[in-house]
Amino acid sequence: MLEIKNLHASVGDVEILKGVNLSVNAGEVHAIMGPNGSGKSTLANALAGHANYKVTAGSVTFDGKDLLAQPPEQRARAGLFLSFQNPIEIPGVRLDHFLRAGLNAVNKSKGLEELDVLKFDRLIAKKVKVVEMDRAFARRAVNEGFSGGERKRSEILQMAVLEPKLAILDEPDSGLDVDALRVVSEGINELRSPERSLLLITHYQRILSYVVPDFIHIIVNGRFVRSGGKELALEIEAEGYDKYTEAAGAPAGE
Amino acid sequence: MTTQNIPVSNLDQYIAAFEGLEQNGAAQDPAWLRQLRLDAFHRFTELGFPTARRGNEEWKYTDVGPLAKTAFQSPASTAVPVLDFQSVQPFTYGGATGNRIVFVNGAYSESLSSVARHPESLTLAPFSQALSLDGDLVQRHLGKNADYKEQAFVALNTAFLHDGALVHVPEGAVVEEPVLILHLSADGKDTVTHPRTLVVAAKDSKVTILESYGGLADGAYFANAVTEIILEPGAEVRHYRMQRQSEQAYHVATTSVTLSEGSSYTSVALDMGGKLTRNNLNALVAGEGASCVLNGAYLVTGRQHVDNQVIIDHASPHTTSRELYKGVLDGRSQAVFHGSIIVQRGAQKVDAKQEDRNLLLSDHCEADTRPAFWIYADDVKCAHGASSGKLDDDALFYLKSRGLDEQEARSLLTKGFVHDITATIAHESIRAHTEAAVSGWLEKL
Repeated sequence: MLEIKNLHASVGDVEILKGVNLSVNAGEVHAIMGPNGSGKSTLANALAGHANYKVTAGSVTFDGKDLLAQPPEQRARAGLFLSFQNPIEIPGVRLDHFLRAGLNAVNKSKGLEELDVLKFDRLIAKKVKVVEMDRAFARRAVNEGFSGGERKRSEILQMAVLEPKLAILDEPDSGLDVDALRVVSEGINELRSPERSLLLITHYQRILSYVVPDFIHIIVNGRFVRSGGKELALEIEAEGYDKYTEAAGAPAGE
Repeated sequence: MTTQNIPVSNLDQYIAAFEGLEQNGAAQDPAWLRQLRLDAFHRFTELGFPTARRGNEEWKYTDVGPLAKTAFQSPASTAVPVLDFQSVQPFTYGGATGNRIVFVNGAYSESLSSVARHPESLTLAPFSQALSLDGDLVQRHLGKNADYKEQAFVALNTAFLHDGALVHVPEGAVVEEPVLILHLSADGKDTVTHPRTLVVAAKDSKVTILESYGGLADGAYFANAVTEIILEPGAEVRHYRMQRQSEQAYHVATTSVTLSEGSSYTSVALDMGGKLTRNNLNALVAGEGASCVLNGAYLVTGRQHVDNQVIIDHASPHTTSRELYKGVLDGRSQAVFHGSIIVQRGAQKVDAKQEDRNLLLSDHCEADTRPAFWIYADDVKCAHGASSGKLDDDALFYLKSRGLDEQEARSLLTKGFVHDITATIAHESIRAHTEAAVSGWLEKL
């Protein structure tokens, strides 16, 4: 489903990703773990198409098509979703209005039915339950005045509505207390399916005991330095990233 | 004539029009009104039109030269077109109310109006009826709030004051259904109308006023409106305004509001039309505990020019004002916001806040914001904020990452930007209609 080959990306003049290779098949969950500044968020944003993250070399195909040639909205319509680490506040724009516009843009591009307000209302009433929120939550302005936990729930809710093929979750666990972590994790698990792949980016092992990955990759200084099964998480939990960062030199900066 | 003004170059034309008015039925008006017109006309000839020259702060950014040079004609009274309600629907806030008074080319349209005469709750009447039936009330207030002695456009309006709308809400009355006052210009080119409105909200009354201006024909017509609103003690007036003149039109509107003790006034204005729009909103907060909220959004594109001049005069202690204006500018448009707050001597514990925010959708538009404070009391709270900026790139990316294209993302963010203004409209269907008007504007960009 996703093929990343020798991906190099820069922010401004600083190269952050220095040759990332990754192959993700349908239904797989890949966790990407690494210390602060290793390039985790750069990978997420470069895949989603943020203009500040410039790909300087390498290739990415998604469903056999060149992903990097597509503008962000086309990537989204093709089924790629990014759950943002720090999603931005959009005052004056209701979450449900925003989501209906997004879903209809995706549906329209696929020749599917666009949902009117009533149909979407029924859909969102169902989907808010995935993150244990009520309907009123989706009537609030996007992220405005949201707590850290509400922001993460909102991102997972968006994923639940858009039903992407590939979801890149950029630290969905950061800043969450135990209860919120459980809700967010269960929300993610509910969306796991044989057709949907997940790239779960995290600093900590904690979430991986809820959302159990098929593969774990350790990223340090812009490169994957080790890949393995879910047991790798426990090793990181016990030993930290030190032995990798020392081997790789200074961190690349996020 | 003051040095800040230019003399009326086509004075003969104005004199002819003034004399024409007297011959066209206005001679039947009461003597006091004829005298008021005459005084105002004299004053207009003395004042002339204001100039955009340096030093004339109030008109520095807005050039009314082309307007001053045009020989506008009064619309021929025989040419008032017959309209059905359907054709004026876009200007009626969705046709939401049965209390409405409609003027077409300055003339009262009986067929489009649905006026009211309920002495215990509401009087809504054209001056042509009110001058005989409510003569004392009209005489007591008309021309007393909007200052024709200093403001040229008010003088011009008052000089040609003949018909207009009276809204009177008697003491203690609560009018649930909004009152619509609609002024339409139906034949475009080079005609002038002087819409006039008088609202008197008696002690402890409540009313919602919808004031709407629209053009049914293209062309460089000129609407020069004056609205006077009097709030007696404890009265509550919500005033929603919408201006959708044709793209070639000149629209000058002066709204003078006088607030007595414990009264509250809310104004939410939406300006979308006009080639040149100038709004003067003057609130005299003249009673303890009175408060006003003055909000507005202006949406301009092409070569449109919109200028909002808001003066809040806190003449009494313990009064508050909140002012939020937001502009969306595209093309080569220009917007001016000049907000003045005056706190009179002895007006302690005044709490005033003013904000003007502009969203620039193109590189060629220009927003000029000028806050001004004259504070003659020492125990007051006054704050202001201003900004101009483009849409946020990260916000655009966020929306696109969910599948919205550039146009959809910009439109949704822009609607969100204006939302704080429309959200202050208390009446749900009026708010929905106003939001729909904003969406309609955005779709045409």
